[in-house]
Amino acid sequence: MKTLKISLAAMAAVAAAALSAPVQAFPEKPISYIIAFGPGGESDISARYQQPFFKKMFNQDLVISYKPGGGGAVTWAQLNAMKGDGYTIVGTNLPHIVLQPLQKDVGYTTDGLANFIMFHYTPDALVVAGDSPFKTLKDYVEYAKKNPGKLTTSGSGKATANHLAQVTFDGLAGIKTSYVAFKGTGASVQALLGKQVMASWGYTTVGAKHADKTRMLAVAMDARHPQFPNVPTFKELGFDLVGGAFRGIAVPNSTPKDVQAKLSDMFLQINKDPEFRKKMLADGFAMIDVGMNDMKAFMDKKKKEYAAAAKAAGIVK
Amino acid sequence: MPGIEYLIDALTPYHLALALGGVVAGTIIGSLPGLTATMAVAVLVPLTFAMPPESALILMGAIYTGAIYGGAYSAILLNTPGTPSAIATTFDGYPMAKKGDGDLAITLACIASVFGGLIGAFFLLMLSPPLAKVALAFGPTEYFWLAVFGLTLIASLSEGDLLKGLIGACFGLLLACVGVAEISADIRFTFETKVLLGGIEVVSALIGLYCVPVLIDLVAVPDRHLMVTADTRGVRLRESLAISWKGKWNLIRSSVIGTFVGILPGAGGSIAGLVAYSEARRASKNPQGFGKGEPEGVQATESANNATVGGGFIPTLVLGIPGTPPDAVILGALLVQGVRTGPNLFTTQGSIVYTFIYGLFIATILMLPAGLLIGRYAYRSIVTIPKAMLVPTVAFMTLIGSYAIRNSISDIVIMIVLGVFAWVVGRFGFSASPIVLGLILGRIAEQGFVQGWTIGEATENIAGMFFGRPLSMAIIAFIAISLFYPIFKERWLNKKRRVPDVD
Repeated sequence: MKTLKISLAAMAAVAAAALSAPVQAFPEKPISYIIAFGPGGESDISARYQQPFFKKMFNQDLVISYKPGGGGAVTWAQLNAMKGDGYTIVGTNLPHIVLQPLQKDVGYTTDGLANFIMFHYTPDALVVAGDSPFKTLKDYVEYAKKNPGKLTTSGSGKATANHLAQVTFDGLAGIKTSYVAFKGTGASVQALLGKQVMASWGYTTVGAKHADKTRMLAVAMDARHPQFPNVPTFKELGFDLVGGAFRGIAVPNSTPKDVQAKLSDMFLQINKDPEFRKKMLADGFAMIDVGMNDMKAFMDKKKKEYAAAAKAAGIVK
Repeated sequence: MPGIEYLIDALTPYHLALALGGVVAGTIIGSLPGLTATMAVAVLVPLTFAMPPESALILMGAIYTGAIYGGAYSAILLNTPGTPSAIATTFDGYPMAKKGDGDLAITLACIASVFGGLIGAFFLLMLSPPLAKVALAFGPTEYFWLAVFGLTLIASLSEGDLLKGLIGACFGLLLACVGVAEISADIRFTFETKVLLGGIEVVSALIGLYCVPVLIDLVAVPDRHLMVTADTRGVRLRESLAISWKGKWNLIRSSVIGTFVGILPGAGGSIAGLVAYSEARRASKNPQGFGKGEPEGVQATESANNATVGGGFIPTLVLGIPGTPPDAVILGALLVQGVRTGPNLFTTQGSIVYTFIYGLFIATILMLPAGLLIGRYAYRSIVTIPKAMLVPTVAFMTLIGSYAIRNSISDIVIMIVLGVFAWVVGRFGFSASPIVLGLILGRIAEQGFVQGWTIGEATENIAGMFFGRPLSMAIIAFIAISLFYPIFKERWLNKKRRVPDVD
C-alpha cells in the first residue's frame, strides 16, 4: 500500500512537472507516430525515412505503429479523441482526408483535422511497361481517341489520387479510357507488368522502383523531377495536370498551439536535411514544405481542386 | 548451387545468432493468436536499420518463417489458428490433440514446416527469375477462379451437411463485404456505425470464430481440455519421422503447391494451406479420416504454408512486388536501406541476396531443434495447466490479439460477437471454417471479378476474359475435378464392388 502511495505521488510529481515544463523541453519522451494504413506502404516508408533523422536531431524516438482500416478513415475518425499532448501524431493523406468526408459520414471532417505539416507528395505519373507500343503521351492519347473506352489503365483504389488523375486527364485530353481499380500500388503495378492492362496511373515512385521494366510517359509536376530529367511534365505537353498523393502529419486538435508549432518546425527541419531530401528524391518522392502557418491556404486550394475533380469523376454528387 | 560462395557469409556467428533468435522469437509470436508474422516483422524494422541489409533480411526472414510455424501450436492445441496460414491445420490438428496425440501433431507440424520451408527456399535459390513470371501471368480472372477453387473446399469440409456449409460460406461472403470496399471505396453494411467502418478483420474473426467457442465449451463441460494418454512420451520424434517418411509424396506435393501459391501476390499462406489440404485429401488412401485427426492433413497444411515464405520472396526480390503481407514490410525496410529490388539484384547485389537465401535455409533448419523444444514446452503447459488458469489466460490473449492486429477496440467487439455467434450456431451443426473461407476468399473473388469484368467490358470480350484464358481454363478444370471427383470415385467404386456379383 505504501509503495502504491509513493508511486502515485511520484506519478503526480512527474505529471506536474510535465504540465509546467516549458515547451522548449519538448520532446522529453518518445513520440508515437500512428500510420493510418498497414505496414509496407508508401505512408509507412516515408515515415520510416523520417525516423532516424528525428532521432538524430531531437534525440528522441519516433515509435511507428499501424492502425489500418477503412482506407485510413478508422484512424482519422479517432484522432481528435486521442491525447493532445504532442506525443501522439498521426499521418494524414490527401486526397483521402478531403474525399472521404465528401462521400459519406466517416466520423471526421476535413477541417477538423489539425495538420501541422505536409512534407512530401508522390506526383501522379502515367506509366507503361517497358516494351509498350506507347512511346510518348501522344501515342497514348491517339490510341485512346481511335478506340474510345478500350484503353485499360490500372490504379490503386477508387476515389484515390490515381483515379482522380485518370478522370482529370481524360477530361483534359478529351478521351475516354477504362480505369481498373486494384488493391494497392503493388497489385496495380503487377497488373501492368503482367499485361493485364495497357497503362497504369501510378506515381513517380513507381517509375523509380520499377525503372528497369517500366516507362513513364509524363509526370504531374510543375517542373521535371530531378530523378527523371528525361520524363516530360504533363504541363510541357499541354495538359494542366499537377498533383499526386500528399502526405502530412496531424495531431489531436486538443494539442496546445505552441506544441503544434514546435512539431511543425521540427519536421520542417527534417525536410531541410540534405541527406533526407536526397534519399526521398532518389525514391521518386517530391518534397513540399507546408508548415502550420501555410496549412490553411494549402488545404483550401486542395479542397477546391479535389471537389471539382471528384464531381467530374462521379465520386461525389 | 548459385552463389554458393556466400554460404560462408551466412554461417558467421552473428548471422547464426540472428537466424536462431529470429526463429525462436517468431515461433513464440506466431503461436499467440492475433500476433501475426507481419506484425512481428514490422516491430523489428527500426532495429534492422543499424544492420547491413543481408543481416536485416536474415533476421526478418527467420522471424517470418518461425511465426508461420508457430501458428500451428494454437491451431492444434486450442483449435485457433495463430496466423491465418494455419486455418487448415485446425481441421486435423485439433482432433488429433483431442485424441491425445497433440504432441505427435506438433512434432509432425515441425517436420513438415521445416521441409516446406526448405523446398520454398530451394525454389527461391534456383528458379527465382523464371518463376516470377508466374506472378505476372496471373490476372484478375485467375485470382477470381482461384478463390472459387478455394470455395469448393467447403464441399469436402462440410461432409454430411453440405447445405449448412454453404449457408456458412454465404454468411462469410457477406461478412467480407462489410466496411469500406477495398477497390470501389463504397461503404457497405456498416449500419451507420463506426465500429464496422474498418470491416471485419480476418485475424480477429479467426480468433472469435475458432477460439471463443472452445473457451465457452471449456467452461461449460467438466472434462479435461485435451485427453492425456497415460504414456505421455517426449516429442515422439521417431514415430513422427516414420509418418513423415510415409507421407513424403504428400509433403513434396504440398510444398510445391505452397511455393507456387506463395508466388502469387495477394493469395497468401491461408490459401496455400487450404489448396494443399484438399489435394492431400483427394490423393489420400484414407480420405474419410480427414477432419477427424488424420496426420496427413496437418502435414499438408504445415508444409504448404511454410513453403509460401520462400515462394513469396520470389516476386518480392525479383519484381519489387510483395508476395505476402510480411514481404511488404520487408520490402519497405530494404527500400529505406537503399536496396533496389529487381532481376538485377541477383547479379549486381548477389552478396545480399545469396547470403540472405542461405541464411533462410539455415534459419529453417534451426527451426527443427528450436521448434521441437518449444513445441514440447507448449504442449506440456497446455495439457497440464488447470482449466481455471487456462481459460482466463487464453481469453486474455484473445483480447490482446484482436486489439493488436489493428490497434482497434472495434475488432475486440467484433471478435466477441462473432465468437458467441459461432458457439450458438455450432450447437446447430454449423462449423466455423466455411464462414472463414467465405470471409477470406470473398474479398479475393470480388476484386478479381470486378477487375476482370471491367477489363472484359472495355475490350468487349467478357466471356473470353473469364473463360478464354488458358490459365483460367486450367483452374476451372481443377474446380470441376474437385467438385465432381468424389461422385465419380464413388460410382467407380460401386461398379468395382458389383463385379464379383456378376461372377
